[in-house]
Amino acid sequence: MAVMTYREALNLALREEMRRDPRVFVMGEEVGLYEGAYRVTQGLLKEFGEKRVVDTPICESGFTGVGVGAAMLGLRPVLEMMTFNFAILALDQIVNTAAKMLYMSGGQYNIPLVVRGPGGPAAQLAAQHSQSMETYFYHVPGLKVVRPSTPADAKGLLKSAIRDENPVIFIESETLYAVKGEVPDDPDFTIPLGQAIVRREGTDVTVVAYMGMMYRAMEVAEELAREGMSVEIVDPRTLRPMDTQTIVSSVRKTHRAVVIEAGAGFAGMGSEILSFITEQAFDDLDAPVERVTGENAPMPYARNLELLKTPSKAKIAAAIRKVCNA
Amino acid sequence: MPRTPIEPRFKIEYLSILDSEGSLDTALEPDIPPGDLKRLYRAMVLGRRLDERMVRLQRQGRIGTFAPIKGQEAAQIGSVFALRRTDWMVPSFRETAAMLWRGWPIEKLLCLFAGRLEGGQPAPDQHDLPITIPVATQLPHAVGLAYAAQYRGDDVVVMAYCGDGATSEGDFHEALNFAGVWHVPVVFVVQNNQWAISIPLKKQTHSATLAQKALGYGFPGIQVDGNDLLAVYAASREAVARARHGEGPTLIECVTYRLGVHTTADDPTRYRSDEEVKAWERKDPLPRARAYLEKKNLLDDGLEEQVDAEIARAVERFETMADADPLTIFDHVFAERPAHLEAQRAELRERLGADPPRRVDEERPLPTPMRGQRKTSRWAN
Ligand SMILES: Cc1ncc(C[n+]2csc(CCOP(=O)(O)OP(=O)(O)O)c2C)c(N)n1
Ligand SMILES: [Mg+2]
Repeated sequence: MAVMTYREALNLALREEMRRDPRVFVMGEEVGLYEGAYRVTQGLLKEFGEKRVVDTPICESGFTGVGVGAAMLGLRPVLEMMTFNFAILALDQIVNTAAKMLYMSGGQYNIPLVVRGPGGPAAQLAAQHSQSMETYFYHVPGLKVVRPSTPADAKGLLKSAIRDENPVIFIESETLYAVKGEVPDDPDFTIPLGQAIVRREGTDVTVVAYMGMMYRAMEVAEELAREGMSVEIVDPRTLRPMDTQTIVSSVRKTHRAVVIEAGAGFAGMGSEILSFITEQAFDDLDAPVERVTGENAPMPYARNLELLKTPSKAKIAAAIRKVCNA
Repeated sequence: MPRTPIEPRFKIEYLSILDSEGSLDTALEPDIPPGDLKRLYRAMVLGRRLDERMVRLQRQGRIGTFAPIKGQEAAQIGSVFALRRTDWMVPSFRETAAMLWRGWPIEKLLCLFAGRLEGGQPAPDQHDLPITIPVATQLPHAVGLAYAAQYRGDDVVVMAYCGDGATSEGDFHEALNFAGVWHVPVVFVVQNNQWAISIPLKKQTHSATLAQKALGYGFPGIQVDGNDLLAVYAASREAVARARHGEGPTLIECVTYRLGVHTTADDPTRYRSDEEVKAWERKDPLPRARAYLEKKNLLDDGLEEQVDAEIARAVERFETMADADPLTIFDHVFAERPAHLEAQRAELRERLGADPPRRVDEERPLPTPMRGQRKTSRWAN
């Protein structure tokens, strides 16, 4: 085990996979000489050269389409979106081709493509840079969607995403790049896509949360522990395919659930998690499931408003208390 | 300081070798071996006859909506002929003739337009992409294929097709820009058939030609008479050779005309005049090529009958195929089948066991046909 930042863990995953497989190459805006807008591709140009670390013109749809084409000829492109908010420009290439080519070609061309970059609320990145972009992708059959919360997950899941035979949407977070944690050194360490993890064991209530919201829920759990409440926290890690089993088993044990999401709420990830909990574990529930989401408004730029827009610790704690006291 | 011209190299050529009156520019005439000429003409005839047959099949409800190619045979066959089998062919949705040339079996194309997955499946050794519906999205794929080919050291050229309407899409420009910057071996063939559904070219662009769009991206563009098999081939051969020799991409604008409907769900009398269509019928690529072969004494007797018989045999094979297996709904969604799809598949299988599906033609009629689509025997009763 080595202690490293989330950013370093991603970088190591890229490096190891590029060493392991000559078909893997990185492409995007500013990924080469500039080493990535958030320095995730640091040192890659030097080690692997221009053929495998490719700076593109500013054209998200274009370079995603180029990635799809290259994937059809057997390469394994890893595309960087400077921020996932810009992936909206590539939505057609992701939804209509990356996710459909295997199907449209009758099984002939699978697309082993990773699209990665930061998304979700951060610190004063404002309305067009702070959206929880997973909502745009997990609805689409044919796409896998990953949201890794810790450095170890970042490494293990990115390696699995690169080795996966399908297009994988891999959304990091600006707020987590500097987070430190223990990461296995073994170059064969991977975390399978589609496995949730219990971050904190507890007996009174299950909280489902990922990325920044998972860390916030952990702090709330510690505070509530002092009041004698035992909170279990489950992090889905992969949103598609979703490990419903781990989440439902936890709810069957605690009989209560709170689902948190950083995004704007309506038809967000929380809605889906809430519905499968209700479908599969209704009889086990002692209280209606609570959902905590961001307000249904664009992200304000002003720091004080931004803090109010995303689910606060107080809001999360209130929801947990509510289900526990029901 | 005065204003100084910095880009004086603006040059767009129009290439015509065999015009609609039958006059031939012998200095430019490409030297195509007689055997190849026969094959090319046959491919054009096959493209035309199959197209006509498919329109009838669609009207009878035996296949679904598709985009006929009538009038564009020379543009397609003249260009695709310049490729080697190992080169890549990237179609839009109106390249039936070129796809046949590349080796797609007729019954597979019929399958495609009957909505069966296997219809879109190129043979494993076939370097072709399936058709694409979202306009212009295939063009970046072509650049990606070319990049990957260079990456792997494959000696291949990529030929990508699109329409005049597609030249307004962002993906067209992003692909051209990439191709220029990377200097990759891609030949873009724009079939300028004057219309994008009901939108005429003059509403699509204020540019004098589509060929000149390449200049903005730093590579050559040429406009050719797209109904002139020889001109299309001459330009394509040159472009493919340039690409193969590391001289980068080329854009070929084939000036042609869609003599038929946009798709079988379209009624062109709503937006264009009979006179316009008639004027273009006089420039039909087929009689022009036919006269050229006739002069060279290369026309085979009974060609049309042979082609029709080939089509008839394929239609027969197509007609005997069973309806799509319901459980294939869950195929090829992912490279493997995840648990949630396995569960849905098991559930459907069980449901079908209790209530087996009827053949498609026994199903209830579709409530409302698409605009312009005629009610057909399968859907009407
Ligand atoms: C992105 C996208 N927008 C709109 C359409 C609907 N559409 C299908 S074909 C077509 C016209 C295309 O015109 P052109 O590129 O000239 O090709 P042609 O049909 O003439 O061969 C349109 C608008 C589509 N398929 N994809
Ligand atoms: Mg057109």
